[in-house]
Amino acid sequence: MAKTRSLRDSFSERGIEALSIVGLIVVWQLAAGAVNETLLLPSFFQVLAAFSNSWQSILWEDLPTSLLHFFIGMAAGLLVALPVGMSMGWFRMVDKALDPIVEILRPIPPLVWIPFAIVWFGLSHEAAGFIIFMGAVFPILISTYVGFRNLPRVYVESAKVLGATKDIDLVRYVAIPFALPSIAGGVRIAMGIAWMCLAAAEMFGVSTSGLGYRIWSYYYLHQMDYVLLYMIVLGMLGLIIDRSFRYVVEEKMLKWQAGLTQ
Amino acid sequence: MAIIEVKDVFKLFLADGKEMEALHDINLSIRENEFICFIGPSGCGKTTLLRIIAGLENPTSGAVYLHGEPIKGPGPERGMVFQEYSLFPWRTVLDNVAFGPELKGTPKEERIAKSRQYLKMVGLERFESRYPHELSGGMKQRVAIARALVNDPLALLMDEPFGALDAQTRNTMQSELLRIWGEDKKTVIFVTHSVDEAIYLADRIVIMSARPGRIKDVIDVAFPRPRNRTSPEVNRIRDRILCDLGTEIACIPRS
Repeated sequence: MAKTRSLRDSFSERGIEALSIVGLIVVWQLAAGAVNETLLLPSFFQVLAAFSNSWQSILWEDLPTSLLHFFIGMAAGLLVALPVGMSMGWFRMVDKALDPIVEILRPIPPLVWIPFAIVWFGLSHEAAGFIIFMGAVFPILISTYVGFRNLPRVYVESAKVLGATKDIDLVRYVAIPFALPSIAGGVRIAMGIAWMCLAAAEMFGVSTSGLGYRIWSYYYLHQMDYVLLYMIVLGMLGLIIDRSFRYVVEEKMLKWQAGLTQ
Repeated sequence: MAIIEVKDVFKLFLADGKEMEALHDINLSIRENEFICFIGPSGCGKTTLLRIIAGLENPTSGAVYLHGEPIKGPGPERGMVFQEYSLFPWRTVLDNVAFGPELKGTPKEERIAKSRQYLKMVGLERFESRYPHELSGGMKQRVAIARALVNDPLALLMDEPFGALDAQTRNTMQSELLRIWGEDKKTVIFVTHSVDEAIYLADRIVIMSARPGRIKDVIDVAFPRPRNRTSPEVNRIRDRILCDLGTEIACIPRS
């Protein structure tokens, strides 16, 4: 009985969700009709038409370019943040030495690095990657550091009396697995920020394709239906990336956590 | 024959800028396959002494010897069970037990077989693929015992391992521990603050007093096991220990 009721509940919840999205589209379409000016508010069907005209270039040009930027930035962010965060969390001296530097750099908004990104990397994929890197590196670094710092002493001592006496073993077998949920949380936040930085980074002309680039170039053409289309694509992709990451990490890798949190 | 020798051990702690003597001139010789209990009020240094034997802390002066060799740090030949739940939450029960062999580089099949054997010994072979958060407190401590024993240690150090369990589970765990100890003879050093637990388990009870932490008395418990928890002889020893600990208001003079 309880099972069928919960199934029915979930059906009706899905129904409400679908209804609310349909409702938004209807309101949007009516509002666009009332405004009757594509520059101010393109209608749902205009955006749909824009999509059917440009889905191929989205799929084969803009998406690969944007994913390349995203990948460069995230990979560089992980490559720097994981070792630095781990060393700061494990060795007190490293923490003392690097903490002031991190705390000075961290509050600088990632987008204000754009001038230096251009000076250092030119108008290149790397320049966009650098902006994304600046947005992604600190959330990963801090969450790795915190994960290591919160490691309970009893786990370290248990590992020691079981034969893990070297730092490298303690880090590999105890600190990293313990910190993984915290690191995963940081990576998730970093991906969100990276996605925001990506759209902005592509607006200063690092490439001739890319989701962020299109928004700016269609704005120059005052084709606001395309601008809105690319906005929606950016939002949807961000959602898909976040959901797939959560699925892979939380459902598959961090199964042991179920019941510990929430 | 002595397996562990504690010689002239002093331990000073800094507390609020003042030096505190946690252990004062401790000398103790622990025999092979002996079940020994440390008992005393909080602050008597019983856990500190155990941690020094484990190698997790260093004495301020003096030393502890294992088979004549001074102990310099922790090692798998001295297994330890902590009062807090210490299973790695990211590992299954089986992988927790297999942790020691894995570090030693034991081949996978061999370490799994060996871990299963010890899980069977503590009666949890059906729970090998569970995660620690799915186990009760008593089950967690059983796994922790199996995890320490799979390394085939010379001594098993236990720091109030049943302290967080309810009274009923605690009694069961005590009998279980004696059964396991009967199957796999080890030197066991067991810290507790329960007089009943010490009398039920130990061959020898080391009574400690606080400020400074020192050994006040060592009592041999020669009754055969399994022991009755309330027989007149047991009560006599209990009286003596309680009197030593100073928890009784009026001590009945010993005969």
